Amino acid sequence: MRFLFKTRYEHDIRLFKHGGAVFWYGLLLAALLLAPWLLDSYYVGQLTQVMIFALAGLGLMVLTGYTGLVSLGHAAFFGIGAYTEAVLLERGLPFPLPLLAAAGVAAGAGVLIGRPTLRLAGLYLAIATFAFALIVEEVLARWESVTRGNNGLPVPASRLAGLDLSQGRPFYYLTAAVLVLVVLGLLNLLRSPTGRALIAIRDSEIAAQSMGVRLSRYKTTAFALSAGITGCAGALFAHKLGFLSPESFTVLQSLELLVLVVVGGLGSLHGAIYGALFVVALPQGIAIARDHLPDAITSQPGLEPLLFGLILILFILFEPYGIYGRWLKVKFYFQLFPVYKRATFKRQKTYTRSERLR
Amino acid sequence: MSLLTVEHLSVKFGGIQAVDDVSFRVEPGEVLSIIGPNGAGKTTVFNLISRIYDPTGGRIAFDGQDITAVAPHAVAGLGIARTFQNIELFDNATVLQNLLLGRHVHRRVNLWQELLFTPAVRRQEVAHREQAERVIDLLELQHHRDTLVHNLPYGARKVVEVARALCTEPKLLLMDEPSSGLNVEETEDMAFWIEDIKKQLGVTVIMVEHDMKLVSEVSDRVLVLNNGRVLAEGGVREMQSDPRVIEAYFGK
Repeated sequence: MRFLFKTRYEHDIRLFKHGGAVFWYGLLLAALLLAPWLLDSYYVGQLTQVMIFALAGLGLMVLTGYTGLVSLGHAAFFGIGAYTEAVLLERGLPFPLPLLAAAGVAAGAGVLIGRPTLRLAGLYLAIATFAFALIVEEVLARWESVTRGNNGLPVPASRLAGLDLSQGRPFYYLTAAVLVLVVLGLLNLLRSPTGRALIAIRDSEIAAQSMGVRLSRYKTTAFALSAGITGCAGALFAHKLGFLSPESFTVLQSLELLVLVVVGGLGSLHGAIYGALFVVALPQGIAIARDHLPDAITSQPGLEPLLFGLILILFILFEPYGIYGRWLKVKFYFQLFPVYKRATFKRQKTYTRSERLR
Repeated sequence: MSLLTVEHLSVKFGGIQAVDDVSFRVEPGEVLSIIGPNGAGKTTVFNLISRIYDPTGGRIAFDGQDITAVAPHAVAGLGIARTFQNIELFDNATVLQNLLLGRHVHRRVNLWQELLFTPAVRRQEVAHREQAERVIDLLELQHHRDTLVHNLPYGARKVVEVARALCTEPKLLLMDEPSSGLNVEETEDMAFWIEDIKKQLGVTVIMVEHDMKLVSEVSDRVLVLNNGRVLAEGGVREMQSDPRVIEAYFGK
């Protein structure tokens, strides 16, 4: 068990709470930097994929995990980001501009869906965002002069001073840099007034409002940030796909992102990373398992969505805090050994809340 | 000049006249208790003052300014803070984070500065923290500082809610049933704290309360509501022996 002795308020604000954290995150950063030189190019590609999904997951985490607004339409922002990147690269814009524009356009779309749905919550908001995603999917398919519709749109390479940033190691480093920047930005946000306001909205809108939080403004901010980050991930994903078509950004993709944040652990940035690892690793795991399972099972169509759904249900039932929550419990168990008790993480009975005021 | 002036305030929900032509004044530095039987409209008056409901008639003035049409989130910035009857805390955040949210109205940085965590944000965070610590000291919450709210016992949550309201540095504190759900000992502590809030911080308090012992200990004046109307107003002793008040509670 580690005891921290704090002597200044800055100690509570700093990003790394103790030397151990600096060491382990430093090690992680070193591993990230060295990975492309140590791993096979296939695994570098997979790792890039994980980081792209982590980025998209972080976007959804801001909205669903921290602000408590469930979105079933994040594939729309993912798709808007991807198409913006491809279309602008095709028009010949130089490297960082299409990526930034992808984030910007997606953020704009986020505001567009965020403003009219300010008063919706829970299931109703999920349905509204779901409808929005369907509309975007349809627009991508029909707006042929720009997106080439169902014929698909090849994604041109993104170049900086002759270096191809859309594949291999440069692409890996670009993705890693974006991911690290976004994580740092979000960590900063979460220790500032805006981050606390988002968490406040999640836990009690009425109290947040009476403490001076302007709900409409912060919900819109959350939507814009969330969509912007996911759009940025979409722009990177465009290069991963190499060829865009509306079928890449369907409702199933939205569901996959939602599974990502729930399985990873709602309300933690770690959760988005763990969730991304899970979402990318599961199809691989299924592919490997196929070799060892009887034909009667492996020849069934829809095995993957079934497993995704099943795992989502199991997590919601047995580990609502996701992989990250489970990890915290394991860590706690060893820190407190042998006095750990199950009740530590058990929620107390919640008391009646003033539903009337909602 | 009165801190809060309520004139002919009315609100109707469908066919129900929840608050009907209520007028009263609150002077700076006093503790006013609003009492009355269930359904008398006490909490509704609170929700009208904190602008959660729109009144159908009348006006509310605070500190010389008409706040009848002010947006609900802007009320805190003017200097009105409140607590809730059934506790509305941020359950998945620590006590400290809850208190820091109380500092929200005093933030002076924008989103971009926050994303980069500029020195201005850092200085502001430390300043907020110092203010929150003052409130922690006043209400003796030191050992709960880093506890998640959903792990706190009920009594402590009540105190945290008062603390969060005080962090906004209010001129007027609205307390909706501060003693509900508290045991005798905790209620006595609450009485001391209300005294402290009044004397040390100079905050004016309006509270809705059922516990007559607490009411008689801390209030300067009592306002009695019944069926949405003002039944009587005056000192505690006076009200306890007023035949109209006794009738409202016990019938004829």
